[in-house]
Amino acid sequence: MEKRVTFKGWLLPLLLLLPQVIITAVFFFYPAGQAIYQSLFIPDPFGLSMRFVGLGNFEFLLSDPYYRASFVTTAVFSILVTVVSMGAALYLAVLADRLIKGSGTYRTLLIWPYAVAPAVAGVLWMFMFNTRVGVVSWYLGLLGYDWNHVLNEGEAMGLVVVASAWGRVSYNFLFFLAGLQAIPRSVIEAAAIDGAHFWTRFRTIVFPLLSPTTFFLLVVNIVYAFFETFGVIHTITAGGPQQATTILVYKVYADGFVGQDLGSSAAQSVILLLVVGLLTIIQFKFIERRVHY
Amino acid sequence: MATLTLTSVKKSFGPTEVIHGVDIDIAEGEFIVIVGPSGCGKSTLLRMVAGLETVSGGTIAIDGRTVNDVEPMDRDIAMVFQNYALYPHMSVFENMAYGLKIAKTPKAEIDARVAVAAKMLQLEPYLQRKPRELSGGQRQRVAMGRAIVRKPSVFLFDEPLSNLDAKLRVQMRLEIKALQKELGITSLYVTHDQVEAMTLADRMIVMNAGRADQIGTPLDVYENPATEFVAGFIGSPATNFFSPSAAFGRAPTVARIGVRPEHAQLAAPGQGRAQGKLLFAEALGAETLLHIRLNTGEMFTLRQDGTAPVPVEGADCGIDWPAERELDFDAEGRRLP
Repeated sequence: MEKRVTFKGWLLPLLLLLPQVIITAVFFFYPAGQAIYQSLFIPDPFGLSMRFVGLGNFEFLLSDPYYRASFVTTAVFSILVTVVSMGAALYLAVLADRLIKGSGTYRTLLIWPYAVAPAVAGVLWMFMFNTRVGVVSWYLGLLGYDWNHVLNEGEAMGLVVVASAWGRVSYNFLFFLAGLQAIPRSVIEAAAIDGAHFWTRFRTIVFPLLSPTTFFLLVVNIVYAFFETFGVIHTITAGGPQQATTILVYKVYADGFVGQDLGSSAAQSVILLLVVGLLTIIQFKFIERRVHY
Repeated sequence: MATLTLTSVKKSFGPTEVIHGVDIDIAEGEFIVIVGPSGCGKSTLLRMVAGLETVSGGTIAIDGRTVNDVEPMDRDIAMVFQNYALYPHMSVFENMAYGLKIAKTPKAEIDARVAVAAKMLQLEPYLQRKPRELSGGQRQRVAMGRAIVRKPSVFLFDEPLSNLDAKLRVQMRLEIKALQKELGITSLYVTHDQVEAMTLADRMIVMNAGRADQIGTPLDVYENPATEFVAGFIGSPATNFFSPSAAFGRAPTVARIGVRPEHAQLAAPGQGRAQGKLLFAEALGAETLLHIRLNTGEMFTLRQDGTAPVPVEGADCGIDWPAERELDFDAEGRRLP
């Protein structure tokens, strides 16, 4: 029989739950409710009055080519960030897993970038690639490459992808390394005796056995790229040049707080709320059932 | 089928030498069991033969070819691991076929070979199952099947039965023996269980702290243990050891005397070669174990037939044994003639 702790009465459990409930209510339910409410109105530029428009904001957004372009930008950005950060992390984890000596040092060093806040990381990368004073762009100039992410859309996208992925590599690395170390050594040895060389072993044994970790990270990284890269984009490109790096979250900010179109901004928030809800459902389903090999 | 030759094989981990030079010539088709307590280096020795550990000194040769620097996959061996090491995401069939697929064996031949092995191991109904859907004994069989289908020249077993319950272990032990006889493949088998070693081995290597204390047929090792360690490790219940003062008339070089419980018998008090008091008796049915405290304070276990009369607990008793059954050891634990 499972032993369950039960409370007598309801006052104490309520008291214990209250802090979390208050935080969730103030910082999540209330703003989310506000966003849903405001998405049905268009306020005047001075915020003095609001006009009810029903689903007008949504209709406008879905037919707006800029908004649809932002969807594509977000998709490209998320896929690139996920692939780059997971690829680099897996590569480093495989290398670290093979180490016998000094793996602790490597692990610690590789975890450091995770401690750097996205906005700070963005500033670091911005300075390195600054077109006038950046170290990297200076060296690129010596090599004859004229780096200018302020003007070149591809370079801007590349830079925000690398800066966003960089901080994420640490996190993914930890999970991949743990996943690799959970694979019994004897299974790898058995495969080696069976004639599989390193790459064959990786393809047929290691990677399939890592699939639960990989799937989990896939969802988590997409969520990250969607919602937590605001700081990086804001500090490096501010969504530009043109709209080349304006992902959905950045557009919420740009349209709402820069463009003062609070109704549209709220509608965009609601759409993002649906996206994150969808991703959460996928993730929960996965955690419940896990990917079985 | 192949011969396997180990010539003064040594292993060090950093500055610590754990295997101090093991020599053995294994003939084609022979079943060799390495037995010893945990930490004696028996698994390390096996892993060196497999190519999973580097060899620090000496040579390992399979069929006359030195394989010290040969990758595991190129040694033509197959290994059965203690935890079976099955590929969890593959079916039983895929597990067995994995090595053949990598060797680019034609599909028809893979099917045929797996079918033969599956039939031999009674795995036919389970070919499409995943390892997690199998019992311990069945997993063990799959691990064996994976080794068999590759038709290697040498089989290596690393404590393959230690994860099974006692009843299944006896059954699988018989199956492994029968299978090895049928296939005639040279086998090296590691275990800490001396009963497994005695029953399976053509010859056994008794390892103690990185040395091969004795290499010989099971009965030879039982009858003529080369060292005190071997005498104590092989045989159950364990050999009794006591200092010569308990008995009398021994050469001064004799430091310890060993007598197997089954070789001693009760004598009238004051008679026989040693004297003691019966502490308690364990009646096991077919046999009775008498635990006797010798006059020197040392313990002595005596095994007698279950039907033989048992003295009352606390009674004085004499212990006797045939002179030729007595094992004498010097101060270093070496056997004296």
